[in-house]
Amino acid sequence: MRLNRLMGATLALALSVAAPAQAIDIEAVTSPAGHQAWLVEEHSIPFVSIEVIFTGGASLDPEGKAGAVSLMTSLLTEGAGDLDAQGYAAALEALAGSVSFSAGRDSVSMTIRALTENRDQVVDLALMALTDAQFSHMSLDRVRAQTIASLERAARNPSTIAQETYSRLGYAGHPYATPVDGTAATVGALTLDDVLAAHRAAFTSDRIVVGAAGDITGPELAAIIDRIAEGLPTADRPLPDYRVFDAAPGVTVVPFDGPQSIIQFGHAGMDADDPDFMPAFVMNEIFGGGGFNSRLMAEIREARGLTYGIYTSLASSRFGDSYVGRFSTGNETAAEAIALVREQFRWLAEGGITQEDLERIQTYMTGAYPLRFDGNESIARILASMQFQNYPLNYVNIRNDLVRAVTLEDIQRVAQRLAQPEALHFVVVGQPEGVESTTP
Amino acid sequence: MFVAKRLIAASFVWAASVLAAAAEDPQLFTLDNGMQVVVVEDHRAPVVVQMVWYRVGAADDPAGHSGIAHFLEHLMFKATDSMEEGEFDAVVQANGGSHNAFTSWDYTAYHQRVAADRLPIMMQMEADRMVNLRLDRSDWLPERDVILRERGQTLESNPDRVFAEQMRAALYQNSPYGRPIIGWRHEMEQLTGDIATDFYRVHYAPNNAVLVVAGDVEADEVLALANQYYGPIPAVTDLPTRSRPQEPPQLAERRLIMRDARVGQPYVNRLYLAPNRRPGDQREAAAFQVLAAILGGSSQTSVLERRLTYDEGIAISAWAGYSGAALDSGTFSLGIMPAEGVTLEAAEAALDRVLADFIETGVDMDQLERVRMQIRAAAVYEQDDTADRANTLGLNLVLGLSLQDSEEWLDILESVTPEEVIAAARRLDRRASVTGWLMGAEE
Repeated sequence: MRLNRLMGATLALALSVAAPAQAIDIEAVTSPAGHQAWLVEEHSIPFVSIEVIFTGGASLDPEGKAGAVSLMTSLLTEGAGDLDAQGYAAALEALAGSVSFSAGRDSVSMTIRALTENRDQVVDLALMALTDAQFSHMSLDRVRAQTIASLERAARNPSTIAQETYSRLGYAGHPYATPVDGTAATVGALTLDDVLAAHRAAFTSDRIVVGAAGDITGPELAAIIDRIAEGLPTADRPLPDYRVFDAAPGVTVVPFDGPQSIIQFGHAGMDADDPDFMPAFVMNEIFGGGGFNSRLMAEIREARGLTYGIYTSLASSRFGDSYVGRFSTGNETAAEAIALVREQFRWLAEGGITQEDLERIQTYMTGAYPLRFDGNESIARILASMQFQNYPLNYVNIRNDLVRAVTLEDIQRVAQRLAQPEALHFVVVGQPEGVESTTP
Repeated sequence: MFVAKRLIAASFVWAASVLAAAAEDPQLFTLDNGMQVVVVEDHRAPVVVQMVWYRVGAADDPAGHSGIAHFLEHLMFKATDSMEEGEFDAVVQANGGSHNAFTSWDYTAYHQRVAADRLPIMMQMEADRMVNLRLDRSDWLPERDVILRERGQTLESNPDRVFAEQMRAALYQNSPYGRPIIGWRHEMEQLTGDIATDFYRVHYAPNNAVLVVAGDVEADEVLALANQYYGPIPAVTDLPTRSRPQEPPQLAERRLIMRDARVGQPYVNRLYLAPNRRPGDQREAAAFQVLAAILGGSSQTSVLERRLTYDEGIAISAWAGYSGAALDSGTFSLGIMPAEGVTLEAAEAALDRVLADFIETGVDMDQLERVRMQIRAAAVYEQDDTADRANTLGLNLVLGLSLQDSEEWLDILESVTPEEVIAAARRLDRRASVTGWLMGAEE
């Protein structure tokens, strides 16, 4: 067949190229005060992107205060220093710079983009928001009301319900059990004191990683890192313990009106530091990854038309992990689809993946990887997140070799260890026919 | 699947306006068969973008066959002499790449983004389908259903898009720019593989195409590859000249009222004919571009938003826009979405009053400085995006602008004077305009 001939030729082409066309040159920068950053200097374009990650994020929310870090983050640019919200926006506009903050599960990030000609002024504005936000009652009331409105909309979204139920069941007693943005009830109860406490907890000088790319030198970046860090306290709230997803095997049905069942499923995953993480990652790409037609897509969608899409991923976060998947199907086919997913996990555990599957995914993955580095902003973000995940400095340049080094034996070993068809827990949001909760 | 991405064409306005200042200069070659080749070296990441732009678009659709340029764009992913239907997608995907295509009134473009070492196979496939498409070996009928469904989903299901289609049809009295890119439904229903093949044979040729390669490549190597893959394709000697019917002097302003039960927020929009960017003659277009930025470029500080939304509270939002990247004519637009309790009539009057005040008072110099700052910054930031740079160059060249026109555009924009901005505003001629009211269902 033509397709095979051409794909064969493609593989040969990929294999004949010994190394990536261009290695990415990452410098490790250490500031006078001892802070670390990774930098890709790129002086051809006169601007820089800086990504600062503060480890902790919503995982630092105390019990009952879910959403505090997230709400605090939304308030940072709503007035800072002597500028009101509009004045702050106008000041950035005049400099053509941008400063934004976002709260996540495990971290809060600050993203700065600045032209070389006025970089210091943009950094001043970023620092103003980071360390001198006004946190007025008025803006708290307004932003809290907006947040509650959006949480109320989300609470009626079956995908959100599936996701939140899954986390609640698998991480009980851990911060991962509650949503990053909190719930309408927890956010409604947050006070200005809670916001100030969240600020104190989330932005600390000893939990910073920095990535930067663009027109800046190591010493210039080092000076900025020190300016960021010197205005911040050191951490006083401990990071959460590591937790492996531990919902009991079975099914939880959440009744929801509509013709579809939204299903999230999974079991324990794998720590990102595990020596077998790369084979596991490759295995998942073959089994249920989103980038290429996977085994699950072939069996559940192509062969039987039971869903539009089905995906699995290694949710290996900083403070916990699970091997998770999701899809939706008609209420009348939910039972059949759930049985098929279990059957596919069995296929995976019993060594179903072939050498051909592996080679195909290696070509895809090694081809797709460089596409991520598409500019300063992406590179800065990747550099920060690689440090956050404790990757080595040269990872970018050896990553495709690591993918190519994965053997079929590696895949089978890790599949046998990871895939546990009998351990799966399915959360089903809908009116599934012939499916009932196994746990109260 | 491969959409008539008109929104993307609109977003090129800025991309087209600002060209790489600091990064590697683009290099232009012409193959013996007349195909233009532009290479932008950008070695920051091992990635390459290939685009092939054809100098043919929806404004070249034969009368009665509206939508054929876009239908052909979809069919270009079907079988060729040597490749099966679906193979193109499969090979791009197997190599970890992404790809797509888009059609506008003046051009049709196909592009892939892949690891730099996968460029040869992308060129091989793109060159193959330039001349070897075999619609007689493919089932084109389901694809016609796809474009009809596309029209249904992306256009007819959205009253804003239908309204925009009606506005444009009313603005152009003679130019084919008044036809929708995707085609009128009743004409799309009559399109066939044979009609598409005829159109393909006439317009798809190396001497009617621009190849743009941007990324981690060496220009001489790209030229060698281009010669290897595209070089052997013979030029077509009888390419049609691109002279479309032009607008007569427009003498009467047009007004539209459209009612649709799906409209949540009614609004007023106005479209004017405006100059386009022309080779060696871009100053007037630049003035309109800056005028649009001053009137509507920022949701916080631009004239219309500041006056109508913040000061007077008459509007939920107000806007201005300019599109000058076209072969035959540009357009300028103004609009307002009134606040609760304000009629469309009152809103339109307020819009006209603010425009008249602006012409009277002149340009605020602080604001002009901020706009110039944004222009300069956009020029810098956009160099960070290789795909955007490839877009900009491809668009410029396919419209007949030179590399020099591209390079000068930024300087021209920055040098636009307050007097030129006001002169452009005065040139907005109601007789060459259409004003539309989009409203909910009659009660």
